[in-house]
Amino acid sequence: MNTQPELQKFEKPDGLLRAALRLKRTQAGLGLMILVIGLTIAGPLIAPHTQTEFIDMPNSLNIPGALFGTDYLGQDVWSRFLIGGRSILLLSLSATLLGATAGTFLGLLAAIMKKKTDEVIMRIFDVILSFPQILLALLLVSMFDASPTLTILAVALSTTPRVGRIIRGAALSVVERDFVQAATALGESRIRILFSEVLPNVTGPLLVEVSLRFTYSIATIASLAFLGFAPDPTAANWGTMIQENSVVIVIQPWGAVLPVIAIAVLTIGTGLCSDGLSRVLAGIDRGGKGE
Amino acid sequence: MSDGLRIVDLRLDVEATGCDIVDQVSISIAKGRVLALVGESGSGKTTVGLAVLGHTRRGVSINCGKVFCGETEILNLDEGDKRKVRGRLVSYVPQDPSSSLNPALRIGLQLREVLEAHNFGGSDEARKARIKEMMAEVLLPSDDEYLERYPHQLSGGQQQRVGLAMAFACRPSVIVLDEPTTGLDVSTQEHVLKTIRQLTRDHGVAALYITHDLAVIADLADDVAVMYAGRVVEQGEVAEIFKNPAHPYTRHLVAAAPDIAGKKAIIGLAGRAQSPGKRPVGCAFAPRCELAEDACRVEFPAMVSVSVRHDAACIKAKQSSSGVGASTKSESTRKIGEPVIEVSAVSAGYSGNLVVHDVSLTIRKGECLALVGESGSGKTTVSRAIGGLHREWTGSIRLNGREMKTMARQRAVADRLAIQYVFQNPYGSLNPRRTVGDSIVRPLLIDGKSKHDARRSVLEVLDKVSLPSSYTNKYPDQLSGGERQRIAIARALVSEPEVLVCDEVTSALDVLVQAAIVDLLSDLRRQLGLAMLFVTHNLPLVRSIADEVAVMSEGRIVEVGPSESVIGNPQQQYTQSLILATPSIERSMR
Repeated sequence: MNTQPELQKFEKPDGLLRAALRLKRTQAGLGLMILVIGLTIAGPLIAPHTQTEFIDMPNSLNIPGALFGTDYLGQDVWSRFLIGGRSILLLSLSATLLGATAGTFLGLLAAIMKKKTDEVIMRIFDVILSFPQILLALLLVSMFDASPTLTILAVALSTTPRVGRIIRGAALSVVERDFVQAATALGESRIRILFSEVLPNVTGPLLVEVSLRFTYSIATIASLAFLGFAPDPTAANWGTMIQENSVVIVIQPWGAVLPVIAIAVLTIGTGLCSDGLSRVLAGIDRGGKGE
Repeated sequence: MSDGLRIVDLRLDVEATGCDIVDQVSISIAKGRVLALVGESGSGKTTVGLAVLGHTRRGVSINCGKVFCGETEILNLDEGDKRKVRGRLVSYVPQDPSSSLNPALRIGLQLREVLEAHNFGGSDEARKARIKEMMAEVLLPSDDEYLERYPHQLSGGQQQRVGLAMAFACRPSVIVLDEPTTGLDVSTQEHVLKTIRQLTRDHGVAALYITHDLAVIADLADDVAVMYAGRVVEQGEVAEIFKNPAHPYTRHLVAAAPDIAGKKAIIGLAGRAQSPGKRPVGCAFAPRCELAEDACRVEFPAMVSVSVRHDAACIKAKQSSSGVGASTKSESTRKIGEPVIEVSAVSAGYSGNLVVHDVSLTIRKGECLALVGESGSGKTTVSRAIGGLHREWTGSIRLNGREMKTMARQRAVADRLAIQYVFQNPYGSLNPRRTVGDSIVRPLLIDGKSKHDARRSVLEVLDKVSLPSSYTNKYPDQLSGGERQRIAIARALVSEPEVLVCDEVTSALDVLVQAAIVDLLSDLRRQLGLAMLFVTHNLPLVRSIADEVAVMSEGRIVEVGPSESVIGNPQQQYTQSLILATPSIERSMR
């Protein structure tokens, strides 16, 4: 028989990530994310002062050695800014990952088990979804305390149904496809079908959803801190900083503006990435590879 | 007779790369005649069809060429004028009526919209009269109650006739039909074809009928243009093309088409046409052509006249044809052995509604039983019950005398592996995120084989389905439809099953590929002594593959027997009408 020319062997279909990375918006988004994440990693190492050190009169600008002046307690704004990103980023990242993992699992389970399981999972999701994300988190941290674990759990809990719904929707159409039937005919276990047949086929929507949820988690955790629910009230934290310094924004803007800029840049970065991913997923901007 | 439609030297390119999708297409159709444009998927038939309406898919542009509908040149018109022309001068009937009619609008309104858009008839009364007239012409009731219906309240055949009514509403002079009967049952197809023929003759319309079904062409068309890799390789009158195909590709097509009244053996052809941008220099068919010589690979051969109104683009067109596939396989006597699968009194349904009633079948070792019937007859439900994929059934299915549990998961591993299922659509039955090797190897790992043994078996089974071992690392995306179906068959065969259930395995494939797959399945059955259940709606194919045939209608088996006698001399009225409705090349050429 006529075999295909050898050339074709190397023509691997582009993965979602690789295809997305070819878009300008994804590159820019990734750049912004790396910038902010790099800042939070390197920040504490290069901070000139500690986060609680008193260096000069409160709310003053133009102090030698303190680039952005002092805050309402006379602490160095630049140092607190450099140090304060880490916790918020760690919290939101773990909350997102936890919520996305739980959501993916439950969403896939609902899609493959159908009937009662599906019904139960989806109704529980509906109950959680009926609370606005920030309210649910507030409720939990004000009932107990604002420990890092509880903050993560609270945000993850509100992330789970959102990811779960998307994954269930995507998985429903995959479950109906013949290769899942083929696996069923071979007698593969449901869990195996779930993870090795269905999951790889919903990674696209999953990635998009996770990056979107990450943005929301950052906002929620920063808002919690702004409202006074931070794990450690004395420690530097972008959310707390905005709250503490917003009153004096007219005389000493940097204390509130620096963290706002950082959170905005990070949010825009993740947003651009998730937009790039979803564009590739939807088949827009596939680089003229159409027929 | 003057030309209704004339396409001159049409070329369409992919905008991004500048590669030609379609090139040097020249076709003319006289008023009142039907020209069938035939070719495999990806050959550019639909692209040409849409270009006749001055339309292209996104990312495709018309490079050069002219399309005359009567005196009007379509491609030079501006967008507004093109819109005026579409539906009025030239209209289009798409493939799938269920998705081309708006599900939210009543059919009467949809028909009226066409007339209003072109200001046809002038007054509301005139339009109403025209709608009634149209409905009568497509043999549908024209009362108000019927026109108030929504598309989902009509059957597929009725929907397609509404589609025809819409296309013919403004009395166009040219009509493009894009596989309008694919997906319809044979008896429905017969009605739709009759309507098309009637309307084109009566109103002097030039019809471009796009299809891949040769038997339909023989039944309906006056002329044929065969397309391969974006070019017309042969055209002429129907009888002439079927009796004396001049281009090797056409010969292969004719040889590969199963026929209900004629020949039994069908011959496939390996390889596939290359996609735009990868097509070879010279004749695109040369890599698959047994007659190809160096001259074929230099430039695309010019159209030469074979006889009156019959041209072919092949340098050897005038040489007498050396019949394709002279090497007909010797019909070795098949060893039919003990019953392997016994289905008795199986009834099955969906959430309480029975769709299969009391079906009994026996398949013996080395035997192929074809289960045929129209859509909705319950044939797939029976096959899924055998494969353990259907939950709601009662009765008994025995494998080598052992009673089978309802679902595959409840059955013993050995039993699960002994009955293997091949799915209809090779695009859906392979996980796109797994390599071919990983897909094939799964049954063996379930069986508990070591990785090393399993790997060797995978290579062996790839060889059995005539694919090179390098395919283990490919993803389904990289394969053609035929290759994917071979992989699906390999996955079914790797666990050395006793029963192969094939559910419409060729219906998503082109004729040449279908013939090759049927050939492969017959060979495998002979070599491995498989018992095979071949579920299909394609009656002509039954003669080519099956020993026995069971005809199903409305959930019951109406006739069972050796395929020659059931097809050649059907006893039941239902079978007779089914066979009569199936278009046949032989019958039409007589």
